[in-house]
Amino acid sequence: MAQRDYFGLIIVAVIVTLIPRLIENEYYIGILVFTALNCLTCMGLCLLMGYAGQISLGHSAFYGIGAYATGILTVTLAWSPWIALGAGACFAALVAVVVGVPSLRLKGHYLAMATLGFGAIVHIVFVAAVDLTGGPNGIARIPHLDLFGIELSTDKSFFYFSWAVVILGLFFALNLIHSRVGRGLRAIHGSQDAAGSLGVNTARYKIQIFILSAVYASVAGSLYASFVNYIDPGPFDVMHSVLLVTMVAVGGMHNIWGALIGAVLLSILPEFLSELSDYFGGVGISYNPDYDMLIYGGILLAIMLFLPGGLVEGIRNFLRFSFNAVAKIKRRAFS
Amino acid sequence: MAESILELKNLCKYFGGVVAVDHLNIMVEHGKIISIIGPNGAGKTTIFNLITGFVKPSSGNIFYDGKEINGLKPYLIAKMQIARTFQNVQIFPQMTVLENVMVGRHVMSRSGFMFSTLLPPVFRTEEKKIREDAKQCLEIVGISHFAQYTAGSLPLGTQRQLEIARALAVEPKLILFDEPASGLNTRETLNMGKLIEKIKEMKITVVLVEHDMELVMDISDKVNVVNFGRCIASGDPFEIQSDPGVIAAYLGG
Repeated sequence: MAQRDYFGLIIVAVIVTLIPRLIENEYYIGILVFTALNCLTCMGLCLLMGYAGQISLGHSAFYGIGAYATGILTVTLAWSPWIALGAGACFAALVAVVVGVPSLRLKGHYLAMATLGFGAIVHIVFVAAVDLTGGPNGIARIPHLDLFGIELSTDKSFFYFSWAVVILGLFFALNLIHSRVGRGLRAIHGSQDAAGSLGVNTARYKIQIFILSAVYASVAGSLYASFVNYIDPGPFDVMHSVLLVTMVAVGGMHNIWGALIGAVLLSILPEFLSELSDYFGGVGISYNPDYDMLIYGGILLAIMLFLPGGLVEGIRNFLRFSFNAVAKIKRRAFS
Repeated sequence: MAESILELKNLCKYFGGVVAVDHLNIMVEHGKIISIIGPNGAGKTTIFNLITGFVKPSSGNIFYDGKEINGLKPYLIAKMQIARTFQNVQIFPQMTVLENVMVGRHVMSRSGFMFSTLLPPVFRTEEKKIREDAKQCLEIVGISHFAQYTAGSLPLGTQRQLEIARALAVEPKLILFDEPASGLNTRETLNMGKLIEKIKEMKITVVLVEHDMELVMDISDKVNVVNFGRCIASGDPFEIQSDPGVIAAYLGG
């Protein structure tokens, strides 16, 4: 089981190195950078939701905290973007402790409401704290990251970098999943009482995984700020939190690969649809981003109704089913 | 070493105005099978929840190996090598049978959050040991052939066996069984009795809450009868069966 996961890691790396050879268009490469950032956030969220069974509807707040930490520290205080990234992650971890300690005592809907409220509050701070965040005008001229003296200013260089971070994040997540701690987390999901009776410190583990997922989101936010060079409160609202949860749920919550696949699919889907609508220009309907939420909502509804375990589990069940069917036919043919 | 492994002294638990456990005194000697029986709602499960830290006692004391353990969190109780099973089986349904038992090795392994995140499992020697130990526990209970099954897909009888295997993975000195035979058929109950006696032979003290009287009378060294949170009789199975107070409690005299 574990070996197969680490093999998947290599496959992702191979695909990532091949993509820029196949896709020349800078615009698409840019889309794939955003895809990588969503993947990173969704992996953290998947560890929290799918493995430890704790929902968060406020994860765009941590994404925003990372982005604003990079924005404020590099522009106003002229810090290095790397130090800003680290400081943002530390701050996100601190916020996760402050929010997590009281709210992770809650379960189910109550936890969802608490984190939703947290996300809304942080978004309001981004909009209203004009002196600090620039308010609705945001922060401009955020410097690029540089790696060993090479400035990551082109989309292609940032593409490689962001996906390298995703692979690293995936590597860490897989290590955690296949460990004593990862099993403890999944045990909490299965039965908190039983986990406690076997010596799992449930309260502490829930906080720790909340911190880890906050750090993932924060790093993604910092990378976002360095890539786009400009931030405003727009992308860090509650709807984005819901979108992140949707990505994880569509791919399959109980599997880190599900989160990854869900994030990739839903990140490139709007582009694909608008591309598609160009071919149907004659009918008078053209796709525009206003329809995104409609599409996401429809997909989420369909997945929850027909494939409650998400796409990855659905595909796996389908493969198992067809494999068994083929085996049965073979047996019948030979007897 | 104290003479008794577990001692409840004047233990009380009130839920609002309801008296669940009322000045209860029970002694559990090393290496014995001690049963707690009583009508429904007598407070038997609450006694287990008090011992394992799921609820805090209103007053009174719990001594384990001479140390006071009242009010400790469940995970700390588990660290003291006290394991339990639950009345309505509490397995981890999404995980495989082997993984369920591997969770049981939690207190006997060390690697923390940071260490687990930074190093892949192949570099953690502990991981291999956890797997081997877990397999051994499955062997003892006799469900090795289910190791790779998803726990939630197993029939109830096997789930109960799995819960016991998982509890054994804690390497308990004391194990608490909450109605291990409920929902099992006659043959499964017989096997459960054999398994519990096997656990006793492993020098593990057993406290058993059970409604199946045949099972209780067969395997217990001592039986405590509880009614309305009080211990109304205590003795070997023969004494209990002829105790007028016990007969009254059960038949409503």
